[in-house]
Amino acid sequence: MKHRVVNSIGKRVAVALSALSVVVLGIATMPAGAGASSGLTAPTAGMKPATSVGKGEGSLNLIAWEGYAQPQWVTPFTKATGCVVHAKYAGSSGEMVSLMANGGGGQYDLVSASGDADLRLIYGGSVKPVNMKLVPASNQFRPFLKAPSFNTISGVHYGVSLQFGPNVLLYSTKTFPKAPTSWSVLYSKKYKGKITVPNNPIQIADAALYLMKAQPSLGITDPYELTQTQFKATVALLKAQKPLIAKYWNLASDEINLFQSKTVVAGAAWPYQTNTLQANKVAVADTIPSEGATGWADSWLLATKAPHPNCAYKWMQWVSTPTVQAEQAISFGETPANSRACAIMNKMSAGSCAGYHADQPDSYFKSIKFWKTPLSTCDNGKNNCVPYSEWTNAWTQITG
Amino acid sequence: MLSPPLLWFLVIYLSSLVLMLITSLWSINGFTSQIDHHLTGQNFSQIVSGAYPSIIGRTVLLAVLVTLTDAVVAFPFAYVMARVATQSTQRILLGAVLLPLWASYLAKVYAWISILEKGGALNWTFSRLGLPDPNLGFTNGAMWIAFSYIWLPYMIVPIYGALERIPSSLLDASADLGASAWNTFRRVILPLALPGLAAGSIFTFSLTLGDYVTPLLIGGSNSTLIGNAIYENLLTGGNLPLAAALSAVPIGVMVIYLGLAKRLGAFEAL
Repeated sequence: MKHRVVNSIGKRVAVALSALSVVVLGIATMPAGAGASSGLTAPTAGMKPATSVGKGEGSLNLIAWEGYAQPQWVTPFTKATGCVVHAKYAGSSGEMVSLMANGGGGQYDLVSASGDADLRLIYGGSVKPVNMKLVPASNQFRPFLKAPSFNTISGVHYGVSLQFGPNVLLYSTKTFPKAPTSWSVLYSKKYKGKITVPNNPIQIADAALYLMKAQPSLGITDPYELTQTQFKATVALLKAQKPLIAKYWNLASDEINLFQSKTVVAGAAWPYQTNTLQANKVAVADTIPSEGATGWADSWLLATKAPHPNCAYKWMQWVSTPTVQAEQAISFGETPANSRACAIMNKMSAGSCAGYHADQPDSYFKSIKFWKTPLSTCDNGKNNCVPYSEWTNAWTQITG
Repeated sequence: MLSPPLLWFLVIYLSSLVLMLITSLWSINGFTSQIDHHLTGQNFSQIVSGAYPSIIGRTVLLAVLVTLTDAVVAFPFAYVMARVATQSTQRILLGAVLLPLWASYLAKVYAWISILEKGGALNWTFSRLGLPDPNLGFTNGAMWIAFSYIWLPYMIVPIYGALERIPSSLLDASADLGASAWNTFRRVILPLALPGLAAGSIFTFSLTLGDYVTPLLIGGSNSTLIGNAIYENLLTGGNLPLAAALSAVPIGVMVIYLGLAKRLGAFEAL
């Protein structure tokens, strides 16, 4: 879902083409009737996770966001464990779900999925339970990432939290000498043609988050659990926003370019864009407005048919350690799950811990509503929420 | 008997197309994104409703505009190349046309972004001339310009080929029979160049019809093309059957277009 790769459309085209061929081949060989719907219990919930980590199998196959398997921490991993890492980069959450179909097909071991894909993978039976006792560094994780609802269901962990980040309000300090206190600037006619938001169906949740405060009569309690009425109001808000949008950005570099050329003055962004723009001396800043913010959180999830389970556990152990967490946070521009990574980050690059909000107290992170897959079942026990497939469809209707 | 190349074509090329069309009649489970193999027409009823008709209409309109623009720009250029320039100038011009094809597509689109965006070369020039800012960056107009630029060589080369093949004797004969230069152009040169024009238009039309990278980069908030809708349904939405159904649209459009081009003799000039 995230296209966080900077300047790599070519790569994405190649990825898209190879994904296409994989999918076509997969269809051709799939028996008719496969892929029947699952109920709302995870099909793999009863599988017993490993109780110990044995000798590595010598190989590890990952599906990852580009930048999540950098030589900086992969090379020492291979040296320490003998597991040679093969990473396949995915261009979107949807592609990750497709690649992981059928438990990873006996080919892939782990996927670095984001919150909007996790539940689809879990309820689709593509990933299986993980024994967190075998990943000791997870004890050092921030409390809210030890068993978050996007990768842990009724106490069963399906993966280990990795990194996260808020979707912040990025603004030009020339237009806004004082930080805006509300997301309303993104819906204000005053800035017509000078606004940018991500081209991503999960953006509907950002509008819903804004409506929680702006239209309390709708009764939205969770931006990912919307009833038909709430969903319609949210989509209507986004349709009204469309004439104000200069561009729906696809890559982080798109948005950086839009702010650099002063085409836009406000937009939804990741801290990565803010830091890059500020490093380029562009007059911008970011804030989390009073309504709070949405955010993304990635986890390594274990494939049901992982062919190299020992190497997979060794990888989960490795990437959870403070040093690797700090390396990835700085290399990619996100916040580490491990609370002890902060000091190491500052040693690597002064001020980077604060730059990515890794020094904030838990209350700061509680104001972030992390991405999760919208399901037709709501937490209120009723079965009247709008599922993700309708979100993607509505998004095409909004932007098309 | 089928010759090996034909067999190759049938197995590798057509069978994958047929597979795709079969896929377009399946559907997906909205939640797990897994494919439901029961035949249904729901994907096709979906693409004739909502935002899809305007996406399809926009794409076809843009492809037509780009093709017309390229035809108008390419014809005089190809004519000078084929019939006016000396042989050495001709070689230089041909090189100039083909050289950009070696440059990366992305570099060319980014170059246009830096020309058209706010603070870009175009706005700068206009402001120096005391004119209002055109602000073309991230609009459908920007897509039109970028596409017309990128596909131009594909139009020039076939027209050049067709014009070069016209024997000088025909033009001499036309002049001897008393036709004016305009009449010679209209009744001798243009009809003989038409297959080249049609062949070039197949490239510019189909390449625009299928592109999805240029709209992502240089398009604005109203620039979704069929290619983007396919891409989004396939990779973001994970809805392979709907993407396959959408892919059938440009195939249908191209079949009609090729039928028209064939009647104009395009395939003789390829």
